[in-house]
Amino acid sequence: MSDRVPFRGGGFAPLHIRGLGIAVFVLLIALAEWGTRTGFISALTLPRPSDVFGTFVELWETGALFQHLLPSLSRLAVGASIGAVLGVSVGVMIGLFAYARAGLVPLVAAIFPIPKIALLPLFVIWFGIDEASKYALIAFGTFTPTVVATYAAVDNVDRTLIRMGQSFGLTWWSIVRKIVLPGAMPGILSGLRISLTIAIILLVAAEMLGARYGVGAYILEAGSLYDLERLFAGVVILSVLGVTLSWAIGVLERRVLRWRV
Amino acid sequence: MDLKLEAVTHRYGDTEVLRDISLEIPSERITCIVGPSGCGKSTLLRLLGGLEQPSQGAVRQVGTPPEGCLNALTYIFQDFALLPWRTVQGNVALVLEDHKLANQEAIIADVLARTRLTDFAGALPKQLSGGMKQRVAIARALAVNPAVMLMDEPLSALDSQTRELLMDDLVGLWTREPFTAVYVTHNLAEAVRLGHRIVVLSRRPGEVREIVEIDTPLEQRAHGDPALDAQQQHLWSLMRDEAAAADAELLHV
Repeated sequence: MSDRVPFRGGGFAPLHIRGLGIAVFVLLIALAEWGTRTGFISALTLPRPSDVFGTFVELWETGALFQHLLPSLSRLAVGASIGAVLGVSVGVMIGLFAYARAGLVPLVAAIFPIPKIALLPLFVIWFGIDEASKYALIAFGTFTPTVVATYAAVDNVDRTLIRMGQSFGLTWWSIVRKIVLPGAMPGILSGLRISLTIAIILLVAAEMLGARYGVGAYILEAGSLYDLERLFAGVVILSVLGVTLSWAIGVLERRVLRWRV
Repeated sequence: MDLKLEAVTHRYGDTEVLRDISLEIPSERITCIVGPSGCGKSTLLRLLGGLEQPSQGAVRQVGTPPEGCLNALTYIFQDFALLPWRTVQGNVALVLEDHKLANQEAIIADVLARTRLTDFAGALPKQLSGGMKQRVAIARALAVNPAVMLMDEPLSALDSQTRELLMDDLVGLWTREPFTAVYVTHNLAEAVRLGHRIVVLSRRPGEVREIVEIDTPLEQRAHGDPALDAQQQHLWSLMRDEAAAADAELLHV
């Protein structure tokens, strides 16, 4: 008797499947288009995708797209940069100094769960109704997740490498710059992925309160008029923004972390 | 430069790991330290290089380090401890950069040539085999021109064939230019191949049980030499019971 040995080793390994993600998008949009055209989905429930696209073209042609997008992008860039730079610095300090850790970790844990949107009125009082309060809100929201991701990443740097640096008599600053920071980079970048997404959410929230231009203001205006086509056009802009940022970090990771096995 | 241990005792909390060790590490010779697992041989090496402070006793440097020595006590680690984000050349440069030397490039080129790594200067650690990684670590250690090399089971992470090749490399390096080394290992074959003197430690708390001197010049010690095999047999007879007892011990961590 000779039975073939059954194969039991399949599955559980992440496979890279090309194009499936895009296919899901296309399928959903096609379904919405078909549903709204046949009347299966009423025009009140969901705008027709082709109409949303039409609104988009209109936005582009009138120049309104950039009128809204540019202020949003600059707010995002300024706010997220401030938050990320401060977050990485504080996170590295917590990772390196016992006093910073003992003093700041409870504070970070206390401000992490506060919905930062709730603090917007406070920021308006502190920084004025202008851009500064929006920067502050976005920066504050990016700051806490970045801190937590950074100090966890610093904690995870291979101790044997630090010991090696000490045994060769490297200066403290050299060890931080050449061993700790590059070693923490994978963790910092994956933390940044999360904090930048939070930054987009807060950007919209900030623009919904007191902004004339900006994607958030545009969505708020469309929403209050129940103009679903424009509302969806705004939401699509945000999605595209998120996907673009995530892609940019992916590119950065591949460049900076080429050394990873 | 010689190293000297004066009645060193070391404890971790209540556990005594090393007891009353007095030992001299003569220069330009390789001193091997063998002993059953957990006998504190790696701790001894950390004490020698100043990565830990002994609970009692002292570690002393006798004499001055040679001229051009950038880091007198230099380690070679079991797990290589290479920075994965730096190339072979960059890993060697790491230990030189702080000294701001004018001839940094020349030093790197020299040590890479001595360890036959010149062709791999631009490779990342992930591209290298285990044996090559350890050669990079040896090149890095040579770059600082150490007075004493402290080698912590440098070949233990490698397969037995690579181990043979690297032992030949080490013998070659030593015969061309004798260096001082403390070589910690649990592999008795390595000890009799590379050691001028072999210090046998007892199980925890580690004490010096015996010091064996081997006079055969390093380059004449071949694989399978009967005299060396006899020495290895002798070492094993010293260690056998200790190793068995150490193996049966419960750990209180």
